[in-house]
Amino acid sequence: MKHKSKILVIIASLILILSFFFPLWKVNLEAPQYPEGLGLEIWLTKVTGQGENDLENINMLNHYIGMKKIEADAIPELKIMPYIIIFLILFGLTAGISGKKTLVSTWLILFFVIAVVGLYDFYLWEYDYGHDLNPHAAIKVPGMAYQPPLIGSKMLLNFNAISLPSISSWILALSVLLAAAALYLDRKEKLNTHV
Amino acid sequence: MNKKYLKNTLYAVLLLAAFTVVHYSCQDSKNLTTGDEAAKVYVPPGTYDDFYLFTSGGFSGQVGVYGLPSGRLFRVIPVFSQDPEKAWGYSEESKPMLMTTHGFIPWDDAHHPELSQTDGVADGRWLFINGNNTPRIARMDLSTFTTAEIIEIPNSAGNHGSPFLTENTEYVVASTRFSVPIPNKDVPIKSYKENFKGTISFVKVAKDGAMDIAFQILVPGFDYDLSHSGKGPSHDWAFFTSYNTEQANTLLEVNASQHDKDFIAAINWKKAEEYAAKGKAKTVSADYFINRYDEKKHMGVSNKKTSVKVLLPEECPGMIYYLPTPKSPHGVDVNPTGEYIVAGGKLSSTITAHSFEKMLKAIENKEFEKTIDGIPVIKYESVVAGEVQNPGLGPLHTEFDDKGYAYTSNFISSEIVKWKVGTWEVVDRIPTYYSIGHLCIPGGDTKKPWGKYVVALNKITKDRYLPTGPELTQSAQLIDISGDKMKLLLDFPTIGEPHYAQAIPADIIMKNSKKIYKIEENQHPYGIKAEKDARVVRNGNEVHVYMSTIRTHFAPDNIEGIKVGDVVYFHVTNLEQDWDIPHGFAVKGAPNSELLILPGATETLKWEPKAEGIYPFYCTDFCSALHQEMQGYLRVSPKGSNVKLSFGTGK
Repeated sequence: MKHKSKILVIIASLILILSFFFPLWKVNLEAPQYPEGLGLEIWLTKVTGQGENDLENINMLNHYIGMKKIEADAIPELKIMPYIIIFLILFGLTAGISGKKTLVSTWLILFFVIAVVGLYDFYLWEYDYGHDLNPHAAIKVPGMAYQPPLIGSKMLLNFNAISLPSISSWILALSVLLAAAALYLDRKEKLNTHV
Repeated sequence: MNKKYLKNTLYAVLLLAAFTVVHYSCQDSKNLTTGDEAAKVYVPPGTYDDFYLFTSGGFSGQVGVYGLPSGRLFRVIPVFSQDPEKAWGYSEESKPMLMTTHGFIPWDDAHHPELSQTDGVADGRWLFINGNNTPRIARMDLSTFTTAEIIEIPNSAGNHGSPFLTENTEYVVASTRFSVPIPNKDVPIKSYKENFKGTISFVKVAKDGAMDIAFQILVPGFDYDLSHSGKGPSHDWAFFTSYNTEQANTLLEVNASQHDKDFIAAINWKKAEEYAAKGKAKTVSADYFINRYDEKKHMGVSNKKTSVKVLLPEECPGMIYYLPTPKSPHGVDVNPTGEYIVAGGKLSSTITAHSFEKMLKAIENKEFEKTIDGIPVIKYESVVAGEVQNPGLGPLHTEFDDKGYAYTSNFISSEIVKWKVGTWEVVDRIPTYYSIGHLCIPGGDTKKPWGKYVVALNKITKDRYLPTGPELTQSAQLIDISGDKMKLLLDFPTIGEPHYAQAIPADIIMKNSKKIYKIEENQHPYGIKAEKDARVVRNGNEVHVYMSTIRTHFAPDNIEGIKVGDVVYFHVTNLEQDWDIPHGFAVKGAPNSELLILPGATETLKWEPKAEGIYPFYCTDFCSALHQEMQGYLRVSPKGSNVKLSFGTGK
């Protein structure tokens, strides 16, 4: 690989460090009674509220429909995810420094697979929280489930749940793009030299 | 003949028509509007007012919080009077706030709200207000809009000239409306001149707001009325009006109206501070209470003090002077530059403005006409700067705008007059409906008036609102002062009697407004941090219920084993940490009030069941969709019964 491409792959790996410092996903809950906003943030390592007490207030509201408490401790993925990202950083650095195209390609494919599995896992959790409801809940609406969308918005009783990727997801996407660009540039330059 | 008759008839009809027009247009003048007033006071739904207005509740003992320009009432802050809505003075935590040397007093007469100041500008941290009847000063915290402290003023009666502040809220002052024997004792009322004295108190305000009496100045037995502190060049001084320099003790309306001039007392508080520090003050035994509300413990604590420092004018030269001022002056107001001291001589046909600069010169040159009990009386001509001629009848109070004008309320002629500071000429006047007392311009008694409006605080409303029987509402009127001519915009009703009011731009206060109390910071000795800690503990015949509330249940909500003769304390903690989710708590037959517990707070209701049976309790504040389910039962058994103490929720 050319020098420029190697640098790009190294940058792509290093910016992943930033993903520890921002949320991956945001779920905003909009309702007339919450003009100040209410919402969740999903991070690599934790689930938090957007406001100081949002998480407990969401759990409080959810008890009416019999939803389980959303707690970081109950989600083992939050303990695994940081290691996966660290692995990706180290792998990416190795690939970038060595400049081996196959390594970079492997890294990209692995990254992609992890992202898809991660999203599917997120979907499964949303499904679980939305469907596994206490049968003795105060509010039971026949046929109603409370699964927020993966991306987009959905009315869940009085709440409009809006789920969107946040900064860390964009960092991951940028990392993928940079690595892909590195491969592309490398290929282009090779074509040029062949001509 | 016929023609002449016709002509006369025509004249008569014309005359009647003219009279009718004049008559009705006169009647209409009190409702005179030009059409765009509505737009100027309209605050569309969901949007905010530009100013907070704090009005005294007068004999309701509370403080009203309004928005300007809409005149909408947001909140009544309970201060000196019990308020069952908020359990103020009913809950065990708030009862100590109303303790005095006369015992628990559930009422007072609140007159003058004053916003705390930094460098002479209202800063929105606290609001002070005086209790007139049983002399007290309260301090409200404007991050929670609750009463944080009430201090009793000893050696005082009728705390009217209070709680005016020095420029950096170093001191809040208190002067006696009634002179009384000091210390109080059994003497003939006729011995007034010999035995009755006044005091002027300087209450130190600490950085955290905590108040205590720094020193009192013993002054001749007049009636001390109102006050304002200097600003800028006059920073070190505070001014107090007095009347009844005749020292009458009966039929004051006549006997205290004889002198052409009474006095403004000018006190150099910096000097007084020095004298007190130098040990010039006598320590005199005097009991008074300081009641502070601990926001972390959610509890008021009463602290009794037993002495004060008293300074005597004859022993402290340079500390106090009298400025002769016509005629039974009421308000004393200092203009934003700090140079002019304006007095509303309520029986005078002029408004007097004294010059601070002239006062200092007169002191330097000893231009005194006499000395009263060690207090030099400065010659009127040596201190007066100007007189406003024909200002209206019964001038009481003056506030200032940001353009160099002053606005004086006239009680008898029921109007506000606008005049120019320095030239003393009246430039505009506007009637008020009816009999205005105080008036309020946002920042109008500070170094930095925001101007824009003057609020007239009226004593009489008569036909201004739909009648409600003999007792009518009190009222305020909003007047636009942004142009050359004052313009009436709005009438709005107020609680109690709005003596004085203070207004401040909304953003200064709203950015500090708390939404909840943090449950992890709750240090109430009977508070709990989680539902699992809810319990009932018996200690002899005392039963403590550590109760929690959260949508939508109490824990515990079934309690058995309480007996007739027990003293039950419900310590209810609201575990909510969500904005605007208070819970209420009320027990059938409890002879006090409900509790209203804000998120993260703990409050206690004391209850002594008198008869066996089942007693329901429930949440009084509609908290959620299942509010109506938020209820519980208490079982009260006869004295000596062997029903075991048990409790729980959902079991």
